[in-house]
Amino acid sequence: MTEAYIFDAVRTPRGKGKKDGSLHEVKAIDLLKNLFDALRERNTLDTSQVEDVVLGCVTPVGEQGADIAKTAALYAGWDQIVAGVTLNRFCGSGLEACNLAAMKIKSGQEDLVVAGGVEAMSRVPMMSDGGDWFMNPNVNNSLGFIPQGISADLIASIEGYNRQELDQFAVESHKKAATAQKEGRFKRSLVPVKDLNGLTLLDHDETIRENSSTEALSGLKPSFASMGKMGFDATAMRVYPEIHKLDHMHHAGNSSGIVDGAALMLIGSLEKGKQLGLKPRAKFRSVAVTSTEPTIMLLGPAPSSRKALRKAKLEVSDIDLFEVNEAFAAVVMKFRDELNVDPKRINVNGGAIAMGHPLGATGCMILGTLLDELERQDKQLGLTTLCIGGGMGIATIIERV
Amino acid sequence: MSVTYTKNDKNIVTLCFEMAHRKANVLNQEFIKDFKESLDQLAQEDKLIGVILTSSKKDFIAGADLEMMLAAEEPAEIFEWLEDFKLAIRKLETLGIPVVAAINGSALGGGYEVALACHHRIIINNPKIQIGLPEVTLGLLPGAGGTQRLPRMIGIEKALPLLIEGKRLKVSQAIENGLVDQLAEDREDLISKAERWIFENPESKQAWDQKGFKWPGGSPLSPKMSQLWAVAPSMTNQKTYGNYPAPMKILAAVHEGSLVDFDTASRIESRYLVNCITSKEAKNMIQSFWFQLNAINKGQQRPQDVAPYKFQKVGILGAGMMGAGIAYVSAKAGIDVILKDVSLEAAQKGKQYSEKLLEKAVSRGRSSEEDAKNLLKRIIVTENTTDLSDCDLIIEAVFEDRKLKAGVTNETEAVIPEHAIFASNTSTIPITGLAEESKRPQQFIGLHFFSPVDKMKLVEIIVGKETNNETLAKAYDYVLQIRKTPIVVNDSRGFYTSRVFTTYVLEGIALLAEGQNPRAIESAGLQAGMPVGPLALSDEVSIELMYKILEQTRRDLAAENKSVAPHPGIDVVYKMVTELKRIGKKSGKGFYDYPKDQGKKLWEGLSEHFPQAETQLSQQVMIERLMSIQSVETIRCMQEGVLTSVGDANIGSIFGWGFAPFKGGTLQYVNDCGVKSFLERTRHLAEAHGERFSPPDLLIEKAHKNERFL
Repeated sequence: MTEAYIFDAVRTPRGKGKKDGSLHEVKAIDLLKNLFDALRERNTLDTSQVEDVVLGCVTPVGEQGADIAKTAALYAGWDQIVAGVTLNRFCGSGLEACNLAAMKIKSGQEDLVVAGGVEAMSRVPMMSDGGDWFMNPNVNNSLGFIPQGISADLIASIEGYNRQELDQFAVESHKKAATAQKEGRFKRSLVPVKDLNGLTLLDHDETIRENSSTEALSGLKPSFASMGKMGFDATAMRVYPEIHKLDHMHHAGNSSGIVDGAALMLIGSLEKGKQLGLKPRAKFRSVAVTSTEPTIMLLGPAPSSRKALRKAKLEVSDIDLFEVNEAFAAVVMKFRDELNVDPKRINVNGGAIAMGHPLGATGCMILGTLLDELERQDKQLGLTTLCIGGGMGIATIIERV
Repeated sequence: MSVTYTKNDKNIVTLCFEMAHRKANVLNQEFIKDFKESLDQLAQEDKLIGVILTSSKKDFIAGADLEMMLAAEEPAEIFEWLEDFKLAIRKLETLGIPVVAAINGSALGGGYEVALACHHRIIINNPKIQIGLPEVTLGLLPGAGGTQRLPRMIGIEKALPLLIEGKRLKVSQAIENGLVDQLAEDREDLISKAERWIFENPESKQAWDQKGFKWPGGSPLSPKMSQLWAVAPSMTNQKTYGNYPAPMKILAAVHEGSLVDFDTASRIESRYLVNCITSKEAKNMIQSFWFQLNAINKGQQRPQDVAPYKFQKVGILGAGMMGAGIAYVSAKAGIDVILKDVSLEAAQKGKQYSEKLLEKAVSRGRSSEEDAKNLLKRIIVTENTTDLSDCDLIIEAVFEDRKLKAGVTNETEAVIPEHAIFASNTSTIPITGLAEESKRPQQFIGLHFFSPVDKMKLVEIIVGKETNNETLAKAYDYVLQIRKTPIVVNDSRGFYTSRVFTTYVLEGIALLAEGQNPRAIESAGLQAGMPVGPLALSDEVSIELMYKILEQTRRDLAAENKSVAPHPGIDVVYKMVTELKRIGKKSGKGFYDYPKDQGKKLWEGLSEHFPQAETQLSQQVMIERLMSIQSVETIRCMQEGVLTSVGDANIGSIFGWGFAPFKGGTLQYVNDCGVKSFLERTRHLAEAHGERFSPPDLLIEKAHKNERFL
């Protein structure tokens, strides 16, 4: 079977996802255009050789709608032969795009594909697509819908994680990210966002707080307590009758931030790479998705990782570095405990708690971060995983070549 | 004819609802046929300027015919007649001339929905009139346009609570909330205002039939509404554990209907209503809360040959919590009360209970100062037995002590009139035994009230061996007079309610003894639809009280050379009381701990004394056990003649101890399962858990005859 290789990975910095965020004035398509330009230039790429663009986007409506993958490729001036597809696997979309691209290559049906994702969350709010999952009372009810923050609190309650531990985890995310930023570890992939005149709008991840401390975080109020009281707690406890109480411990400081951002990755066969003078950096060892109980929702990372490991005939101990999306502190802690992974090998450069989680882009972004770090430490095997709405999990194992 | 058609010289047609042979107008096949014929006639008119809908009965329209709803089984048929009726009122709504509802009396359910299809609603300002959409309380939804027109008229956020809670509004509230538009003084004013409105609004069209219709209170897809839709199911389920499908279907009908045009929306609504009508929950609730409850209120179990009796003066012995409560509800019904205790102070303390209740009622606007004063005047406190000399009913509510009860019975019987009846409010001591101490056991009966008396609707009437028909009829009349619901039970240990209620609690405790997770047991109780989990309930009634009753039973049976049937729950009760000294909530220690200023918490020691078993049962299995045992025991009560009516069993279980209302009561639960499958289930349960589940002959017989408990 043909192998799928990563030739290049680029991403935007993540801008605070509010009106005062540096990227709020930038449309999703412009975030992408910047990256399409960079990818073409960095690789002196003949874009007519690219067969497809696969992009993740979780809220593909409004300006993010109308198949933004194809729209952006055309808008960036890529050859008209390049097709484009937008997909939605909630928070796993960005990684799903990479996995799907890899599978296209491995199947031999295509030879060069761009994968990635985008989410301008400050402009197209999360859940503004109004899906039946949460909007339709019958569907919502039969799926036992609760907001993810309450699912995260449910995990923490069941696992017995306390507020101090969650906050400590968050502080470390900021510290690691600050160090990485200072040492320029993101430089290889990070492409500053520029305006139409070439003026820089943002060239660094905007939400990292080096001086974050558990003392400062201890003052933050739990974000999901009042929502829980309105009825979601009762729904959670109906599914988990054995727990005595649902403790609300997640807040803005130990949950992933809402940000704007995008990422792209160039993936192809060895042969195509050779032909175009592209240097392979890593290959896809395995990819996996799975799904778990939908109310607690965020337990997908461990089982999807186990599945990917099985497919690659690897053990947890074989993996040098892990990127586990920091949707909520409890999610990563639960992954760590369930697979018994040394915390020093997880998210060594921080994660979404410090830098934010631009939904559709995150998976591709952290796969790129993982590859950069494997190269920096000169390690071989890395695993990226994310928890996903509806109980899903997604994982990808890459190996440097 | 149920609709009369009158055209006046102003070219206005009045359709007057007046169903022959019925007290109230109800939407049934006959009504719908006549109504449609009038609409056909309307369509033939050419110079018409408006239509008025009104009724000549006390009510406008009382609602849909529930007999028809209960019998309806075939979705295609129900959908067809429903759509047929709805298309007819839609035609009226879109005739192009103003249609006014002249609401002369209560308009409920389908009745109010007919008014909603009109362009304007005028109502007589009468405090007795009720407006609302109570369908949900019987497991149905307002499916004659109610889930579509009301939200389009007053906004989704304002309409949802009315649709989901089914509240009936008074005229003032209906005006305030926009359910009706205009007030009239009387029938004459009503019609003249309706005519005036027609003259002034010749081109009436519903807002939702106009171009550029804007939803009042915001579009159904606005961000604010998105948040509401996301949390609404959880909010709705919060206290009902998802056991009631109708509220969820109402939410869905409103939501899905709001995304499409009115006619499509109306069809979506019909589909949801058909789904509700054919649901078990609706059948269960219509059966018990409508037909069986109505039969009880009409005196189904009252001996028919005794003339109705109205009580003037009731004497209450013992001014404790029960006596004080009985005094309050009696005085509230306009009966004079003599509240007697051993000392005047004790009696006065009992009266204070009423004072407190009334203070609260006045402060909340539920009672006027004057009514409160008059009520209190009717309660006379005393310490003298002689003050009872002109009472026509005595209710004894002293401590549960045979000797004490015998003493007050003799003392009182010495002074009360010949015709007076004597009732004991005992909850544990068999009435026949107490009646042996009476000079006139034929006039001796049990009236088992539930605590708190002012809130609990049920009174269990216990007929002793010697009690005569006249006494029973009078007791029945008294219970109806104080606006409570009577069930009639023949004397037996624990009567009906305490006996069956205990099986629920003991089954929960048995699960604990088997090593099931106590939290999962409690959750199963709540999920089953019971108001409180079995362990919390044990603490509330007090484990010590259960222990005392069990001990008494053991002694009584020993005297007859019998023994108590073994039950794993009983051993736990003995252990909790004698060994662990955890007697219940009142001492702060039971299955739960009751730390001050905090919510109760399951006692941590439970895991030590009742270690968890390796196999943990599913919620479903636990629910089946907790509920089935109550039904089995109820069937035994029927078989032994303790109960003589299915309605009494069902209503008694729901009003008495909160048996899952959506199941329609302990016997309807068996129908809901299917009598044959219930029999199978009890056989399996008996094999696995013992004799207590073994099917009574009556159940086997019913299953073989393919009969239900009706």
